[in-house]
Amino acid sequence: MTKNVFTVLDLLDLDLKEHNDLNLKCLCGRSGLSSPIKEQDLNRPGLTLSGFFEGFQYSRIQIFGNGETLFLKKLITENKIDTIKKFLSYEIPCCTFTSNLHPEQAFLDLAEKAGVPVLITDLNSSEFSRRLIRALNTIFAQKKVIHATLVEVFGLGILLKGASGIGKSETALELIERGHRLIADDAVELSCVNGNLVIGKGVNDIAGHHMEIRGLGILNISNLFGVGAIRDSKQVQLVVELEEWNSEKIYDRLGANETTTDFLGVGIPVITLPIKPGRNIPIIIETAAMNERLKKLGYYSAREFNQSVLKWLEGQNARAAYYEND
Amino acid sequence: MQTQDVTIKNRAGIHARPAAMIVQTANEFECDIYLEKDGNSINAKSIMGIITLGAGYNSLVNVKTEGSDEDKALEAIVKLFENRFEEE
Repeated sequence: MTKNVFTVLDLLDLDLKEHNDLNLKCLCGRSGLSSPIKEQDLNRPGLTLSGFFEGFQYSRIQIFGNGETLFLKKLITENKIDTIKKFLSYEIPCCTFTSNLHPEQAFLDLAEKAGVPVLITDLNSSEFSRRLIRALNTIFAQKKVIHATLVEVFGLGILLKGASGIGKSETALELIERGHRLIADDAVELSCVNGNLVIGKGVNDIAGHHMEIRGLGILNISNLFGVGAIRDSKQVQLVVELEEWNSEKIYDRLGANETTTDFLGVGIPVITLPIKPGRNIPIIIETAAMNERLKKLGYYSAREFNQSVLKWLEGQNARAAYYEND
Repeated sequence: MQTQDVTIKNRAGIHARPAAMIVQTANEFECDIYLEKDGNSINAKSIMGIITLGAGYNSLVNVKTEGSDEDKALEAIVKLFENRFEEE
């Protein structure tokens, strides 16, 4: 894909699997395959085909379902091709016929002439729309590449951050060794899919699941540890900042307050871990992951502990008061 | 902050060996060094990051340095590109 431009050809080339596959085929209008898709929304052109061109969302992908296809057939049999010509004269990225509804040859000829690609899929309109919106959401999502390592620990997506040479890759390696998974090392592409979750993945497939360890060089994690040690993408649910131990700095000792950091407008819980000999970072991260999961279930260790302390102190007070009155 | 655009002049582009050279040079300096291509900015002190840029022959990369020794760092990094990473 060329930078920041998503064309109809890219849409046809999308490598989506199983329940996400769009099953698209191109019927005609190949000259228009390089036209860009600029909007992530879809349009059902029924109203437009009836001759009402005001507010026509022409820059969207046009979806022809059963109704539109039948109407198109009617237009052609009644020889009202002017509307079709006008319709095709707009800068339409592509027309897509669903449920394997083959349009009339006359329409294909007009589209070919206008250079508008006509695609067909065997999915029905609602299913196709759902899949297409999902795919386009991901493509048009806000993206950002950051210097970090993304691992999955006990099912939780953890982003390891920190200065170069602090030991992110080494920490990830030990986590993998302990049965957790690597998503991407060193360069992670974050995308904000629907405004409230951040998905991280490797920047490209070639370098994916490789890791550089100082002294060893570049390693292929999936070959070394097996396919169970890798994952393609994962939601970022916790950020771990690794940093050199700074004796001047005050680190969180209670864990009662949750701090968050902002990625693409989404707040993600963050913990800062100081590195010092004798501190086993992978085990601390594993514990942090479990603690985070516990929090998601509604149990906050630090808060619950403090509640018990408060209750206990209150009890002691009450008892003291009782004994004094005795 | 210092910044300069460079073009990849060696045929093979930035593969593992040039990436290692960039990282080695970058690590000699205190300052933060970033390489940017197609809107993706990566840390020049990380090998995998540089390789994932996918910088092929004749592509344009922006070098950015920020910190105490930014001038020297920029000069050293740009020099690597100009010398075609000692390749043809």
